Amino acid sequence: MTTTSTASEDSSRLAQFEARIAADESIEPKDWMPERYRKQLIRMMAQHAHSEVVGMLPEGNWITRAPTLRRKMVLLAKVQDEAGHGLYIYCGTETLGVDRHDLVQELLDGKAKYSSIFNYPTLTWADIGAIGWLVDGAAIVNQTMLAKASFGPYARAMVRICKEENFHKRQGYEIMATLARGTGAQRAMAQDALNRWWWPSLMMFGPHDKDSTNSDELMRWGIKRKSNDELRQRFVNMTIVQAQAIDLTVPDADLKYNEMTGDWETGPIDWDEFWRVVKGNGPCNKERLDARRKADADGAWVRAAASAYVEKHA
Amino acid sequence: MPPHPALVPALLRIGDDRLVLGHRTSEWCGHAPILEEDVALVNIALDLIGQANLVLQHAGALEGTGRDQDALAFFREAVEFRNALLCELPKGDFGVTIVRHFFHSLFSVLQWEALSRSADTTLAGIAAKALKESRYHARHSGGWVIRLGDGTDESHRRAQEAVDALWSYTGELFMQPANEADLVSAGLTPDVSTLEPAWRAQVDDVLRRATLRVPEVVWMQRGGRDGRHTEHLGHMLAEMQIVARSHPGAQW
Repeated sequence: MTTTSTASEDSSRLAQFEARIAADESIEPKDWMPERYRKQLIRMMAQHAHSEVVGMLPEGNWITRAPTLRRKMVLLAKVQDEAGHGLYIYCGTETLGVDRHDLVQELLDGKAKYSSIFNYPTLTWADIGAIGWLVDGAAIVNQTMLAKASFGPYARAMVRICKEENFHKRQGYEIMATLARGTGAQRAMAQDALNRWWWPSLMMFGPHDKDSTNSDELMRWGIKRKSNDELRQRFVNMTIVQAQAIDLTVPDADLKYNEMTGDWETGPIDWDEFWRVVKGNGPCNKERLDARRKADADGAWVRAAASAYVEKHA
Repeated sequence: MPPHPALVPALLRIGDDRLVLGHRTSEWCGHAPILEEDVALVNIALDLIGQANLVLQHAGALEGTGRDQDALAFFREAVEFRNALLCELPKGDFGVTIVRHFFHSLFSVLQWEALSRSADTTLAGIAAKALKESRYHARHSGGWVIRLGDGTDESHRRAQEAVDALWSYTGELFMQPANEADLVSAGLTPDVSTLEPAWRAQVDDVLRRATLRVPEVVWMQRGGRDGRHTEHLGHMLAEMQIVARSHPGAQW
């Protein structure tokens, strides 16, 4: 087969593929897909799986100190869900012809990204509330959109994961609401957590549309259905009302309500901070990766034992 | 039979074992050798804390002085805890964690089986639910004991070291308090010393399949059931209780 015929074959397949996307058909693992589509999906899904796994660390930091047995159990259940989501999405990514262990290795080598939000430290118990409310809240907005993504395995994973994320968000908001009506110290703890987590959670939606390098392609192929700014606005509108309901104040002096659009408009986001953390200089980037590398290195003998046992008894 | 206040010390032993072992297990969260084991260990920690929650709630209700499960978990000193020493030792490597779970979960299965027939119907109900969970814990840890023992030279060595290090802490599980004959004869709790032969037979069987040796230790460590703990428990409780104790009277 010559290069020219491959190219023309590909362009006709690409046209068919794009027609399927336009018709809202679901793309399945064995279907033909452009290499860029496959690559973008692998990148996004792996990042998502890595985020679930790294996300266990800041929350795991408070499991041993949760103030009641009920809160401890809820947090354990939440973190267990996250490990499960990680597994589930890694498996979904494997349908695109990659090996989960290679993806994990890219994370450990610092070549793969995960959500920057997990590079911030959890400093008080209220941070567990703020993470559930804001971080899982933002994740739901994003994932509800991804549940309509054109790639079937990812979309189906998102449907299932969103159900659990809703429980995560509710427990987080409930922690914040309880603290906000608690003692003075508890209230201060809740407000401080909101102050620290508010802006990073807005950054979770990624750069403004005009600065987002991947967005055009992702939207053209139906991987993403809404732009970063649209999703961020949806989250802001929802969350401001929730903050007001529990009498906490979002740390934004410029925040204002636009009567015309019905949107809450925030002040400027500090994109310097965003890029600094993305590029590895957030407060916990090194610690998070070191923790994952240590777990991997400490567990090497266990994985070797499991493989050796299987070989012996094959 | 009406609830029996003399059950409280027995319930504290049962609940504290699960609370302390659950805490140690939860320390693995995010640090396990493979993601599947993060799921498994967090799940086991959740089961154990859940068991502790129910048992301590029942203990608080029977005690009748207004202490609930959280007061018992977060506002007792180390000397008031009644868990076996086995449960409070540091989590160690994955081998230590697994061998400890193996020893304790086999004991738990036998203990819950007996307690599911308790004349105290609340306790019997808790035991029936917990029994299913502990059977899974025993299957999970037993499978790993065999894989580690019969895996590589390194895993064999580590598993054997864990068995040797923990063995002298297993005897305490089967020490029956002399002053609880009434509870046994009333059908409220089993005499735990009667559970040992079945436990030992299962341990021997799994260790043999794992190509691991049963240690020949004669002295068994004891003290946890009387509040005389290792140095480790105080540190563990300092961490576990810090938030609750920093805000006395607060709701969470």
